[in-house]
Amino acid sequence: MKEIRIHGRGGQGSVTAAELLAVAAFEDGYYSQAFPVFGVERRGAPVMAFTRVDEKPIRVRYQVYTPDYVMVQDPTLIPAGIDVLAGLKPGGMVIVNTARKPEEVGLKAENVEILTINATRIALKHIGRPITNTTMLGAFAGATGLVSLDSVIKAIEERFTDKLREVNVAAIKEAYEAIRG
Amino acid sequence: MVKKVLEGSHAVAEAVKLCKPDVISAYPITPQTHIIERLSEFHADGELGNCQFIRVESEHSAMSVCLGASLVGARAYSASTSQGLALMYEVLFNVAGLRQPVVMTTANRALSAPINIWNDWQDAISARDSGWIQLYAENAQEAVDYTIQAFKIAESHDILLPAMVCIDGFVITHTYEVVDIPSQEDVDAFLPKKVPYLPLDPENPIGYGMIGTPEVYEETRYLIQETMEKAKKKIVEVGQEFEKKFGRPQGGLIDTYKLEDAEVAILSMGAILQTMREVVDNLREEGVPVGLIKVKSYRPFPKDEIRKAVEGLKAIAVIDRDISLGHEGALFTDVKSALYGSGERPLVKGYIAALGGRDFPETTVRKIVDDIIKVAKEGKVDKEVEWPDLRREIL
Repeated sequence: MKEIRIHGRGGQGSVTAAELLAVAAFEDGYYSQAFPVFGVERRGAPVMAFTRVDEKPIRVRYQVYTPDYVMVQDPTLIPAGIDVLAGLKPGGMVIVNTARKPEEVGLKAENVEILTINATRIALKHIGRPITNTTMLGAFAGATGLVSLDSVIKAIEERFTDKLREVNVAAIKEAYEAIRG
Repeated sequence: MVKKVLEGSHAVAEAVKLCKPDVISAYPITPQTHIIERLSEFHADGELGNCQFIRVESEHSAMSVCLGASLVGARAYSASTSQGLALMYEVLFNVAGLRQPVVMTTANRALSAPINIWNDWQDAISARDSGWIQLYAENAQEAVDYTIQAFKIAESHDILLPAMVCIDGFVITHTYEVVDIPSQEDVDAFLPKKVPYLPLDPENPIGYGMIGTPEVYEETRYLIQETMEKAKKKIVEVGQEFEKKFGRPQGGLIDTYKLEDAEVAILSMGAILQTMREVVDNLREEGVPVGLIKVKSYRPFPKDEIRKAVEGLKAIAVIDRDISLGHEGALFTDVKSALYGSGERPLVKGYIAALGGRDFPETTVRKIVDDIIKVAKEGKVDKEVEWPDLRREIL
């Protein structure tokens, strides 16, 4: 089983990201589960959401304490004291939305891969708003290979219609390519 | 049948839609809101046929509307939780007393004060004596399956009692997971249109809600109690019929897991069982002789089934997400009382945990299993009730 934790602030769509990731994983033939830290969704406040992906039905129902992957939608959470690396498994990976380089984001950890992606720039370019949740999923698919780009796009296509679908897919594709380098 | 990733609440709304209710009446309250929000969307989009979605100013009115609707022959549905269920309390007894097969979802949540929107079972447990059948689901799939079965059980003319499907707030209502949604055709075949029993009809006037004097009231209680006994059989039968039609095992009034050759067992209800099953598997690999007992039907209470399930066990741990303040966990009391008249009586210890949304991780389950193994080894219960995750430092 792979466990993913998404950090963001209320209003950034972290819960939606967790859910879309679960849908994408399901499209890839996995069982999946997604849920937020319940009841704390206030705009601007730090929030977390979780996704689990497994080849067999998922039974565990507690919060994710030892993730394999972490996504950070808002880099200001790190200097604000949110321990985004908490419990991250050895060999795990964290993807941060920032214009900075991995060594400049203020995270120190051994045996953990730190990747950065300027998801805000990509989201502004395609979607016209600094909402990065879908863009981060493109980066996640590119960096981890846990879910395929096609399935992430499928999940987006199920959720959005018309123009919104188009711009989100464009953002996802750019992030996917960008993180693969 | 279509498998998809759905939020638990939306899965329940799909199930309710498939059951073609004639009347839905509910008042929004966290964490039940997404269920009725989705149902009202279905209604607005014309997907509920002739169903009336009756908006009300309180839960008391919501259940009263369901009662009235059911009395004139409608299939009626509601959903609530916590303070909302507490406000319905009076009407719950009326619905059961008037033998109306209303079905509701309770998105289990703690009761105030202090105000707490998170999950435990105190709301439904506090309504256990109302004459409603109470089924506790482990996940979104069971929430769907039990909802469809609940109408069939409740509306059977040899039962005619209301049924409540209890699903853990947030943990089931707000989690996205893979759910198999049955087809309309299959549900229509399983659950035909409601056949009302003695409905109110101006052409054939009868009366409901008359005073029950001391000469007759006691008999009304006796008849509900007798019907609860019948409902035990009915729940199993309907489950078997559902399993045959939809291919998913539904268990009986209880379900057991890896109980053969077990020395101890952990017993509980609802969503925490899912984590507990995982821990049982892990502990079995480590050679720990532990099994699991799930109570699916809390009312009627599966006394005989529990007596049979515990045969050969040395000790069982009962985990309550509720407390009858001034005594102990309600499930713990019920399990012990079920075993009192039985020749087979393992040691029983109660654990109060996961109240008001406190997380229930694998470590807590392991703590409980370690403790009950100690009880089994020592052959005595040191302390009847334990609070394994109590934060003593803030007391």
